Amino acid sequence: MTAASPVTEPAQGTAILPGQGGWTGSLSDRFWRNPKLLLILMLTPPVLWLGIIYLGSLFALLAQSFFSIDEFSGMVQYELTLKTYGELFRPANLDIIIRTVSMAAIVTVAAACVAFPIAYFAARYARGKWKALFYIGVMLPLWSSYLVKVYAWKLILAKEGILTWIFAKLHLTWLLEAWLAIPIIGGYSLSVSYTGTFLVFLYVWLPFMVLPVQAALERVPGSYIEASGDLGATPGQTFRHVIFPLALPGIVAGSIFTFSLTLGDYIIPQIVGSSRLFIGQAVYAQQGTAGNIPLAAAFTVVPIVIMGFYLWGAKRMGAFDAI
Amino acid sequence: MTTAVSFSRVSRHFGAVRAVDDVDLSIAEGEFFAMLGPSGSGKTTCLRLIAGFEQPTSGHIEIFGTKVENVPPYRRNVNTVFQDYALFPHMNIIDNVAYGLMIQGMGKAERHKAANEALELVALPGYGDRRPGQLSGGQRQRVALARALVNKPRVLLLDEPLGALDLKLREQMQDELKTLQRKLGITFVFVTHDQGEALSMADRVAVFNDGKIQQVGSPQDIYQRPQSRFVADFVGSSNVLEPDFVKQLTGKATYASLRPEAIRFVQSDGHAATVTGSSYLGGTTRVGLALGDMRINALIAADQVVPQNGAAVQISWQESELHLMEDAQ
Amino acid sequence: MRSDGKQSAPFALKAAAGLGLAFMHLPIALIFVYAFTTEDKSYQWPPPGFTLKWLEVTWNRPDVWDALKLSLQVATISTVIAMVLGTLCAAAVSRTKFFGRETISLLVILPIALPGIITGIALRSAFSIADIPFSIWTIILGHATFCVVVVYNNAVARFRRTSGSLVEASMDLGANSFQTFRHVILPNIGTALLAGGMLAFALSFDEVIVTTFTAGQQSTLPIWMLEELVRPRQRPVTNVVAMVVVLVTVLPILAAYYLTRDGDQVAGSGK
Repeated sequence: MTAASPVTEPAQGTAILPGQGGWTGSLSDRFWRNPKLLLILMLTPPVLWLGIIYLGSLFALLAQSFFSIDEFSGMVQYELTLKTYGELFRPANLDIIIRTVSMAAIVTVAAACVAFPIAYFAARYARGKWKALFYIGVMLPLWSSYLVKVYAWKLILAKEGILTWIFAKLHLTWLLEAWLAIPIIGGYSLSVSYTGTFLVFLYVWLPFMVLPVQAALERVPGSYIEASGDLGATPGQTFRHVIFPLALPGIVAGSIFTFSLTLGDYIIPQIVGSSRLFIGQAVYAQQGTAGNIPLAAAFTVVPIVIMGFYLWGAKRMGAFDAI
Repeated sequence: MTTAVSFSRVSRHFGAVRAVDDVDLSIAEGEFFAMLGPSGSGKTTCLRLIAGFEQPTSGHIEIFGTKVENVPPYRRNVNTVFQDYALFPHMNIIDNVAYGLMIQGMGKAERHKAANEALELVALPGYGDRRPGQLSGGQRQRVALARALVNKPRVLLLDEPLGALDLKLREQMQDELKTLQRKLGITFVFVTHDQGEALSMADRVAVFNDGKIQQVGSPQDIYQRPQSRFVADFVGSSNVLEPDFVKQLTGKATYASLRPEAIRFVQSDGHAATVTGSSYLGGTTRVGLALGDMRINALIAADQVVPQNGAAVQISWQESELHLMEDAQ
Repeated sequence: MRSDGKQSAPFALKAAAGLGLAFMHLPIALIFVYAFTTEDKSYQWPPPGFTLKWLEVTWNRPDVWDALKLSLQVATISTVIAMVLGTLCAAAVSRTKFFGRETISLLVILPIALPGIITGIALRSAFSIADIPFSIWTIILGHATFCVVVVYNNAVARFRRTSGSLVEASMDLGANSFQTFRHVILPNIGTALLAGGMLAFALSFDEVIVTTFTAGQQSTLPIWMLEELVRPRQRPVTNVVAMVVVLVTVLPILAAYYLTRDGDQVAGSGK
């Protein structure tokens, strides 16, 4: 049929057009007749890639956690055993696990506290240009180089660095020294103390908390807050009974990232902090210098299990809608 | 008369849901055909079956005598005006309208000429350079119409095309669509849940419920002679009289429909009823009545005296207005 | 528009938000100062003087250039692979409802949801089991795997925003699947894909945790930096490299933001 004649002329063409021919035409017809064919064609490459390369490696690793290492020869014994998991409960290893989980928990709570005002301001008060600026202001630190960020903190926390200088200028050196004198969290300088490790963790993962909290707060209509005030609630009560419960899924979503990332990190505690190991460092050391792949594998199961429970709980709280 | 679209025993099931259930249907060429029903009644699925977006689970669909089981949408000379208009946001209006011609391989100058003509046809000349986002709802609706018509389809499908427009624009578009259809002589198949729209525009109406066609007929048929309680209730909010009551009047124990405007208030020899309320509708007033244990409505002209709430009145109607329905229960 | 838009924030909130933002940005700004310091033995603050000398020194360092070249190669190839796989996955998941949809989403997100060290050590042990020698391809294998999610998140968000009836409208107007893809789908998701690709590039260019396990003796720019961090040998050069890395990653991030700012958020939380 030709459509060159005016539109107003009555249509006289055939009701069914011939096939377009060519391989695209006939393949397209087959996709229409069998929509599953297209679906399978689309899914096969990514599923094969992720299934073989990622899941395959992961299961191979997990399988090795059920092997053990011969203490005398240092060779891996390929017999199924739970002996390696038993080793996790040695005091030294248990210590590592407790240290890492505590750090992850403290970092998560601190990140939530610091992130909330930023997210709240961005969601409720920032408009137009300011909103875009806030968004970029969170996105840039999130995406800029992880190593550079860690490096920047090595500069900041160094004994001769800017933080010491600021304390000196404010005549507060005594405060810094008193802090560093506290056992466990103190040390020779900030860059070799748990305080330093904590600060770097907090800094590096903070944007991961801001974004989901902001997303959750964006969904709270301003009228809720007005309604609460209208019904006689003080700002504090409004926060406790209206804003916080509605932002909670966002906080939980953000905490997934801060918690999981802290659990698995092995570079930050290596560069800033005391010489005591975190789970990530233990895994790294076991698979590298110690050559104990089974124990390294068993160690990786710890964050997987913890995150499994965490994600399960988060899902029940509806946190995934806020990501 | 040529049959444009015919369904024979067509069903479309989604898992356990029978969206379309054993439907027989025949739409003549040049007809303005409305599919009317509540949401989920299967009318939109029927439209999608004609367009080719869905395939029947069983049964056959023919378009101008050709079975279309194996014909994908892009080979059916049938075009659709979508409920959300589905204008391509990345193209300007002229390229939207010319899209079908571009796919056919028509040259740029030629297809833009045809698209401009189509835009004139829908009273939007000179809008070609704008983007869909810059147009109002009514204008977008016209563009969608032009984009479909420029391909000269044998059948034009319209899925609730006026649903998103405000009342005044709706009424204007109803008239325009009808005029356009008469002018072009294309078969229009129109899905709506608005009974007023179906009755005022269509040559014939099919009333859908639960995946089945309840009744097919002219608007007058559907409105004045509903064959089932559902149709009586859905189209024109007729009063449905109970079998016990109807038996006293006619001797037959069936449901019957009685249009509100057929009811008159009389001084004597009527049926005793009690006024339960009234609402002023502008041109008319609707009076709620209790007739025995039935609740019915009457429509009276606005200049008539509205009886007091709670008043005992007598009502009457011409026997021919009482329409017996087929489904006994 | 919300009515509270004109209301101004309490001072305490403003201050807390401002301090929070400053906390996120000042450390990065510090890098730019240190790149020009004359001090080359310690991290002394304030810098005793400023010089451009280290830019030239860094420019003439072949090891830095080699690492940069490797990083760019890896990031480019990984991004291309991730864009193909991520788009296919997003299209499949958002266009059709099928059994196992949730599983597919989980599979894509898993490499980023689990700590990077797990991905890294799993890949390394798999390479050793399968006897695969380390090469640029072992690095790419790892990078592409966790970059898929970034492209996927961006594409899924855009697919969700693109009305499903557009595809039907195109087919209704006579276009087959391939024509519909070319004329309707691609133009509509194009910017989201580009944004996803840029973020994937930034992610790969910067990645160190997985890379330490899959690189063997090869050195990407982050690996080069990590070695300097653990055993500082040439602090001034590290300072300059850090500044360059910030610049190289910031540009694609800003570009991605501008490509997707109308409507869907850059799926940054998927990093």
